[in-house]
Amino acid sequence: MTAFALPRSLRAFFTVAVLFLVSALVSGCGFNTIPTAEESAKAAWSEVLNQYQRRADLIPNLVETVKGFATQEKDVLVEVVEARAKATQVQVPADILSNPEAFKTFQENQSAITGSLGRLLAVSEAYPDLKSNQNFLALQSQLEGTENRIAVARRDYIEAVRVYNTSLKTLPSAIWAYLWWTGNKAFETFTVAEDKMAVPAVKF
Amino acid sequence: MRGMLKANARKTWMNFVRVLVAIIGLSFAAQSFAFEIPALTGRVVDAGDLLDPAQEAALVAQLETFEKKSSDQVVVLTIPSLEGEVLEDVANKTFRTWALGQDQEDNGVLLLVARDDRKLRIEVGYGLEGSLTDALSSLIVRETIVPRFREGDFATGIANGVTDILTVLSGDGAELAARAKRNLNAEPEVDWVFVAFAAVFGTIFFTAFFVPIMVRLFGKKIGPGRYRWLGMTVDTTNQGSGGSSGGGWSSGSSGGGGWSSGGGGFSGGGGSSGGGGSSGGW
Repeated sequence: MTAFALPRSLRAFFTVAVLFLVSALVSGCGFNTIPTAEESAKAAWSEVLNQYQRRADLIPNLVETVKGFATQEKDVLVEVVEARAKATQVQVPADILSNPEAFKTFQENQSAITGSLGRLLAVSEAYPDLKSNQNFLALQSQLEGTENRIAVARRDYIEAVRVYNTSLKTLPSAIWAYLWWTGNKAFETFTVAEDKMAVPAVKF
Repeated sequence: MRGMLKANARKTWMNFVRVLVAIIGLSFAAQSFAFEIPALTGRVVDAGDLLDPAQEAALVAQLETFEKKSSDQVVVLTIPSLEGEVLEDVANKTFRTWALGQDQEDNGVLLLVARDDRKLRIEVGYGLEGSLTDALSSLIVRETIVPRFREGDFATGIANGVTDILTVLSGDGAELAARAKRNLNAEPEVDWVFVAFAAVFGTIFFTAFFVPIMVRLFGKKIGPGRYRWLGMTVDTTNQGSGGSSGGGWSSGSSGGGGWSSGGGGFSGGGGSSGGGGSSGGW
């Protein structure tokens, strides 16, 4: 066929064009779905980590402020500091998202902080001087804001993981999970919303 | 023995029912969000009926002027009730549904007042978290809005709160001007290099690959290697198409993108929020 007796530069151009065409076709049949969903789940996870880190960074200041007013609440203060230390000491493994054990540990450490912080803020109620301290009020609002950001980040992560895990199990992308993305495992997700964990049991 | 079997079967059945109920409950929990997000009809959506028309108009004018100056979108929403949902959830989901703030900049603020729940929240977009911090929004909620609300004066509370929010947002003059410049003069950007490339690529691709294949499949053979299709005479022996090019093909270049703000109707610019801001109650 003489139709393609074209200058060399044009031929190179056609090669590129064919590559584009192939990539378009491949992405159309779900080849890209899995890595795309995986990356957005990882990005959502980074945001979760980021917000937990933000909370951990707020704690020393909060503890110092409360200490100044409520020295007798040593137990709660120590509890907060220890929970924070425990959570920040643990090296988060690289494969945490597909590692149920590590994920569970992470979740438990973080909810230990949530619990101790809740108790700290609860006992703070008993100190009028502390409650009217501007520094404490500012820290408290930052902490509330961070808890809320954590909730949003967790919600976004849960949704991103849902999309990713679904892409591993549904057609057409599941074919690619079998043929090509064989190393891709389903990600762990937050099982129960942290704020729902504390709902008291109703007994009759 | 029989009785035990029966008891076991009963137990299994009960477990099954329990699991079924749990699954149904979960799927409902996953889907149902009882609060229905109202339509974004303007900068002030007074579904809770706390403002009279004059006050509403004044607020709208104030917010519109501010957006012209800074590109920040500040919106007030009052609702009768949260319908049993959590305040923070409602605020965040409404913010994201309305996409307040400009795309890329995420510079929106939502002041949400839930009348019957006696709760309010300032929800801040990602881009404004640095200037309207949690501490500052908490201060506005506690010191400016809540005292007025306690007196039952919702209009003054909202108006003063909005004024405070705008004051904080315009606090950093240089940053404000820079943000406004980035957004207000931004034309809907069409990447002309890309459009030109797409057009050239499209034309070459179409004539060189698509036409020869299509004429063979659908065209009428009128000679050795010559086909007639859609009014074009195509000679596949030398060049792709040497016909009269009567086909009505045009490069459908991409649209301008959905940048919309100002004008008659009001709409969000595509911003998002990650839960910044502060809540309060009265």
